[in-house]
Amino acid sequence: MTVTAPPREAAAPPPPARPSAGRRAWNLWVRWWRRLTAMRTAIILLFLLALAAIPGSLLPQRSLSQSNVAQYFADHPTLAPVLDRLYLFDVFSSPWFAAVYLLLFVSLVGCVLPRAAEHYRALRTPPPPAPRNLLRLPDSGRLDTPLDGMAALDVVEEELRVRRFRVVRRGTAGTDPAGSSGTGAELSAEKGYLKEAGNLLFHLSLVGLLLALAGGKLWGYEGSILVVEGDGFCNSFQQYDTYSAGPLVDGEDLSPLCVDLEDFRAEYETDLTAASFRADIRFGGPDEEGEARTIGVNDPLRADGDRVYVTGHGYAPTFTVTTPTGQTFTDVPAPFLPTNQSTMASEGAAKFPDLGADADSQLAIQGFFAPTGVVRDGILTSIDPRPLEPQVALIAYQGYLGLDSGRPQSVYAIDQEQIDRGALEEVGSANLAVGETLTLPDGTAITFSGYSQFAALQVSHDPGQVWVLVAAIAVLVGLLAMLLLRRERVFARAAPAPGGGGTVLTVGSLTRGGGEGGERFTALVDELRVALAARAPASPTPPSGGAHPDPEVPTP
Amino acid sequence: MTVDTTLADLSDTLFSVSVGLYSLAVVAFCAQLAFGRRPAATRELVGAGAPVEPAAPAATGAAEPPTVRRYGVAAMVFTLLGALTHAGVLLFRGLATDRLPWGNMYEFATAVVLVAVVSFTVLAVRRPALRHLGVFVLAPVVLSMVGIGLFLYAEAGPLVASLRSSWLAVHVSTAILGFGIFFVSGIASVMYLLRLRHDARVAAGTAETGGLLDRLPAPAAIDRVAHRTAVFGFPIWTFAVIAGAIWAESAWGRFWGWDPKETWAFIAWVVYAAYLHARTTAGWRGRPAAWVNVVGLGVMIFNLLYVNMVSTGLHSYAGV
Ligand code: HEM
Repeated sequence: MTVTAPPREAAAPPPPARPSAGRRAWNLWVRWWRRLTAMRTAIILLFLLALAAIPGSLLPQRSLSQSNVAQYFADHPTLAPVLDRLYLFDVFSSPWFAAVYLLLFVSLVGCVLPRAAEHYRALRTPPPPAPRNLLRLPDSGRLDTPLDGMAALDVVEEELRVRRFRVVRRGTAGTDPAGSSGTGAELSAEKGYLKEAGNLLFHLSLVGLLLALAGGKLWGYEGSILVVEGDGFCNSFQQYDTYSAGPLVDGEDLSPLCVDLEDFRAEYETDLTAASFRADIRFGGPDEEGEARTIGVNDPLRADGDRVYVTGHGYAPTFTVTTPTGQTFTDVPAPFLPTNQSTMASEGAAKFPDLGADADSQLAIQGFFAPTGVVRDGILTSIDPRPLEPQVALIAYQGYLGLDSGRPQSVYAIDQEQIDRGALEEVGSANLAVGETLTLPDGTAITFSGYSQFAALQVSHDPGQVWVLVAAIAVLVGLLAMLLLRRERVFARAAPAPGGGGTVLTVGSLTRGGGEGGERFTALVDELRVALAARAPASPTPPSGGAHPDPEVPTP
Repeated sequence: MTVDTTLADLSDTLFSVSVGLYSLAVVAFCAQLAFGRRPAATRELVGAGAPVEPAAPAATGAAEPPTVRRYGVAAMVFTLLGALTHAGVLLFRGLATDRLPWGNMYEFATAVVLVAVVSFTVLAVRRPALRHLGVFVLAPVVLSMVGIGLFLYAEAGPLVASLRSSWLAVHVSTAILGFGIFFVSGIASVMYLLRLRHDARVAAGTAETGGLLDRLPAPAAIDRVAHRTAVFGFPIWTFAVIAGAIWAESAWGRFWGWDPKETWAFIAWVVYAAYLHARTTAGWRGRPAAWVNVVGLGVMIFNLLYVNMVSTGLHSYAGV
């Protein structure tokens, strides 16, 4: 209650007249170190940390969505580059965010390690002697007893030991002129060492948490891929559509894991709320038969350090293309990305670069897929996420796709540049139901032959994750100990009763944490009085000699 | 799975009933304050570590005349009945949809307010003097309920797939608990600040004594309520964040990804840590610390309203 600021040594004595440069540098260092490890610095740094996190939630972040950042650049062409230079699209990996939390953690270590040492010493030394004037403590009171001093303190000691206090007795056991033994003897008791231990555990576990997080970032990786039913992939960066890896990951020795998607099912409630997504997969080493497993939302595959998640799903309409020369591609699936999650209306493209005789007679289809389609005024829309009435709206292009031009292209769209340049020419469009065919002017037939489903799978590897969990649990345990336990010190001193024949016990206590120190102290004093009375010789206690159950109010 | 509309309608009716009961409680609490004599000064126990306040009397229930006491008791009864029907809102929603009744923002916010009312009731039963804070807790409660009913209401319905996990029970329940407790803590800090300002004005002669604020408990007592509730809420919130991270690991493939909701949960956690530090740091005790607590509540509310409704993240709630 009283001792609130972390104990720090008193200011160093003024240095001798002309300190050496090294001495002065040292003094400066000590001054700054003290300032950094002061509690008020910790509060400021905590605030800065909170403030620093805010832009990370208000501006789009690359770690969350590259495309949102790109959109922001498109919307704010002058502002965005400035923000980008300030790392405002990568807040949580920015140097200034790191500076704040590293300073905070340095401050924390500098603050907590000395406390740990002090706590270690406190554990090995008995509770400190009683202060001279016990009545000046926040909670204090007096007890009168006919017992002599030593006997009265014996009773107090026993009562405190039952309450799990550590107790030491000090002072003379001698006899004073009045003939009462134990006068001036005193007792110090303390409990609640675990509160301080909890504080240390909490703060040091925060450091542990940070280290585990850092480890996971350095040695972890994550890759995502769209897999159509019947397809599969193996764990390698070449295969993923997108991946990110920590700087210490060696791309050569990712764990040998291959996954095949056999079947994907999405289930819906009657009101079309998505109820579950299930993917039947087979997983194992590259040349193995593989083990069957069903994974889904909230239910990933966990296989020695790697986890496989279903992070999305969608439809891949399949097309059969037959050229006038008789060349046929059968049931080619083209994953279309959902543009509306509640109706699963999706958009995508299918590209056939090897179709014609030369590079200028390639074929591409840009399309819109509706699992349950209705056509109004020639426009196809989707009204239900389930594939009850699958339809596609397509536009076919012929010409040069530009796939080998060096410009990267999305597989889900045709490069608009090629259309604008006239390299690709629109040659037909239609709304098709399953089995229907669009025939192009040159005789090429495009049949919407059906659909498969695809799952967006993500493979994650984070070796720090278990340690983050361990540290988080330690943080919580330390926090509970620190906040729920009380550190209490109780002191008692015996003095002869002024009238002679008995003892006045002065009792005082200091409590840290938990609050209600006053009430607990009153209860303790009451219990001590009962215990003293029980031990007292049968003679009645004088009415004037009751305890003072009300704790004294300190004078400010 | 279909929704039992009779039970869902019952739940909606109980919502209105609770708003009515809470409003009655506000009126009764107001009457208790307005008709209460300025109670006789009693000395307030102030620990040596607490900030030194201008000597201020503490209001105690015992010092009031019987009529005023009756208003106080009526207010508590209305509050309790309101809390019961309020619990009924969630109970029957849960029964109607056959799931935990915190699957969307309407249900989440309704549960948070219930926790705030229950926390206040527990405090006020244990310390009758705190009933004088009743208006200042119940009035925001009524306002929140009306706002929730008007702007967040969502029809009873099934949960989206991503919320179907036992971690919903663990994570969301503790988040609701922590939020509700912080709500009471934040209000206590606001009242503490108002009371300090009022006392300073009275001391400076620019304000009259005898207003509603004079009948509040002593500043130190209000501050203690704010601190103790925050101390209670902080580990619960810490646990809620950790449980959320564990759930995110199995739902989204990473335990922490700085999704806006996660970011603001972190910001709130840091602010409350700063509050607890401030309470034990010379120069920050009292007024500055109370401000930190108020900022904490602001962050929690921002996280509920702005982040859910305006920014897009992975945290999806059906129906809003
Ligand atoms: C990551 C940053 C930190 C967090 C989240 C944090 C959190 C906390 C919390 C929640 C408490 C409990 C307060 C109470 O007992 O009511 C606490 C206590 C304490 N913290 Fe920190 N802390 C952090 C950094 C620091 C730093 C940098 C220092 C030192 C400069 C520090 C020193 C202390 C001390 C001495 C106490 C005990 C206060 C007392 O019992 O009187 N903490 N901390």
